[in-house]
Amino acid sequence: MKEQFTLSIYTENLIGILHRVTTIFTRRHINIESITASESEVKDIHRYTIVVSSTEDKIKKIVKQIEKQVDVFKAFYHKNDGIVYQEMALYKMPTKLLSQTKEVEYIVRKHHARLLAVEPDFTIIEKTGFKEETQELFEQLKPHGILEFVRSGRISISKPMKEFQEYFTEVEEASRM
Amino acid sequence: MEEVATKSQKTKAKTTMSGAAALVNCLIREGVETLFGYPGGAIMPVYDALFDQKDKIKHIMTRHEQGATHAAQGFARVSGKVGVCLATSGPGATNLITGLADAQLDSTPMVCITGQVPGKMIGSDAFQETDIVSISMAVTKWNIQVTKAKDIPNAVAKAFFIARSGKPGPVLVDITKDAQFEVADFEEYETCDQIRSYVPNPKLSEKALDDAAKLINSAKKPLILFGHGVLLSNAKKEFQEFVEKTGIPAAWTIMGLSALPTSHPLNVGMLGMHGNYAPNILTNECDVLIAVGMRFDDRVTGDVSRYAKQAKVIHLEIDPAEINKNVEADVPVLGNCKESLAALLNKVNKKKHDEWLTRFKELNAQEEEKVIKNELNPQADEPMSMGEVIKHISNISRGNAIIVTDVGQHQMVAQRYYKYANWKSNVTSGGLGTMGFALPAAIGAKFAAPHRQVIAVIGDGGFQMTIQELGVIFETKVDVKILLLNNEFLGMVRQWQDMFFEKRYSSVDMVNPDFQMIAKGYGIASEKVTEREKLEDSIHRFLNHEGSYLLEVMVGKENNIFPMIPTGASVSEIRLE
Repeated sequence: MKEQFTLSIYTENLIGILHRVTTIFTRRHINIESITASESEVKDIHRYTIVVSSTEDKIKKIVKQIEKQVDVFKAFYHKNDGIVYQEMALYKMPTKLLSQTKEVEYIVRKHHARLLAVEPDFTIIEKTGFKEETQELFEQLKPHGILEFVRSGRISISKPMKEFQEYFTEVEEASRM
Repeated sequence: MEEVATKSQKTKAKTTMSGAAALVNCLIREGVETLFGYPGGAIMPVYDALFDQKDKIKHIMTRHEQGATHAAQGFARVSGKVGVCLATSGPGATNLITGLADAQLDSTPMVCITGQVPGKMIGSDAFQETDIVSISMAVTKWNIQVTKAKDIPNAVAKAFFIARSGKPGPVLVDITKDAQFEVADFEEYETCDQIRSYVPNPKLSEKALDDAAKLINSAKKPLILFGHGVLLSNAKKEFQEFVEKTGIPAAWTIMGLSALPTSHPLNVGMLGMHGNYAPNILTNECDVLIAVGMRFDDRVTGDVSRYAKQAKVIHLEIDPAEINKNVEADVPVLGNCKESLAALLNKVNKKKHDEWLTRFKELNAQEEEKVIKNELNPQADEPMSMGEVIKHISNISRGNAIIVTDVGQHQMVAQRYYKYANWKSNVTSGGLGTMGFALPAAIGAKFAAPHRQVIAVIGDGGFQMTIQELGVIFETKVDVKILLLNNEFLGMVRQWQDMFFEKRYSSVDMVNPDFQMIAKGYGIASEKVTEREKLEDSIHRFLNHEGSYLLEVMVGKENNIFPMIPTGASVSEIRLE
């Protein structure tokens, strides 16, 4: 059965690894729903968060193919109940909508969104949350006239307590054999 | 200041030279004595540096970059060392792709070095610019682009380490032309033996070994399947001792062929699509299946949903990604085969499985009667068969040659009927099935083992895919024997059209040139055999000739290879006719 999985992948910070990782999905015809890359808590080690929908059996094999890459330390996969996750969305609206009517302001307050920037011409609204939440805000703002909209990829933290630093030490020790 | 800061606190000697000269030095330090390649614009500084080191590194110029990759593969397979190729940017680099893909699927250690346009021109669609790092990503174990001379030694050291360690594979190092020219200070070259994110040799699990030994010791009808991992890990002694101590029949994948002599009483033959009857049928009857350094390729398993479902599977494998990839393992034993087998040897009981072996003998007799007898001894009025040619080659060379095969019917026949007496004596394109592989791979094999007889077995189709490499034989006088089994067809495709496409022969008829004249043009001795009476004498001349020789044998045009597991069928549905 297909379901949503979030993969956390720890790699060296080198050119080309992201390409190596994404082609593992491309080759198996799996669409990447969202992807983010950033530094991890360990210096010089980068972390990708990739969201895909597939079967657990396929994901297990993919995780091994990812870990097989020379410059990848470790890859994990989680179902949604195994992680805490968030996305962020930005909405660009004409400033006059906020100054002339109360309605947009009301929607922003109701969704606990915040104003990131207010310029004479436009205002940027920021909302953090699950995709359904940022989408709901989008739907409600849309009739008033959204100039631009963007949503980030998912970022997630796993619930298990073992720290990556421990895995990192294990891999580094094993690499010496 | 920098020197003071080095770990050892010693002043390391530095030498000033160009990136290209440094590269050649690195290759020498990696023990490279022979490399294969083709010059061109963006790799010229390296060729210039090679000119200075001619006495230390022999460069074999193939006639096409694809030929260089296969030659490097042939060299690697026979020597166990890393094969090395050199090519220029653009078309030179893209011509390496087939060889890289072949080496990737067949786990062959190879380092390809390509020239690249100067760093400042990258991305400008410069002359002969191609993004070879992206292009080769899917067919390399690792690759890197180097844009500064000072980074060359580190990249080369990593490349060689990655290519040969763990599950070996091909690596590509792309070096910009300005980095080749750039002069820098180089410290003494240091080889690489560790990369912190990379675990080439998984630690053996004592529990896995115990579980495996327990299953093996209690098995009534066990079967060993052995693959390339036995050869790659140099487990010659450990594997043979394991087979002999446990008394378990052992069957090979084409990549594992020659890891155990063909005539060994426990060698029960070839697995898979055109393999032997007994090991295929009995895969679905055994109670414990012990897979050693093989990856359950679909050509071995047939329909995987009906593959060995009754058996407990033990999988000795170095690559964690191979475990449960195609076939679920009840007991995965992660590790280098040589170490796993050595550890298992102490835990398994000495045993015999005579009754079970009798089952193999019974099924063998059926295959002998229906297939082998006729293939090796056709009726007098029948055309020559590929099998009878290989039988004579095998007898006359006493099974001592290195057989390098191309891809197709002749490949299956050579592997089925040549009686391999020696370790590491089969070189073939297994995973990728690359037509055109054999001629350049045989050249590479001969450079790796100049004192062994090397026979390239090739069909008339594959021969013409890399026929230009005859130029290497002409130039270097390398003693490669070429056995051309000519059926004037793309035989394997024709066989499928015969069996599954109502004999609608579409683009399989070969309109061939006069191969004897081609050989003559390249100064290679040759002869063509059309009659059975002359075959044996010709083979004697062929094998005893000093120097390369082309023996073209006209064989039956429409002979089919049996046994066969049709696509989608189970191993136990293997057909004898």
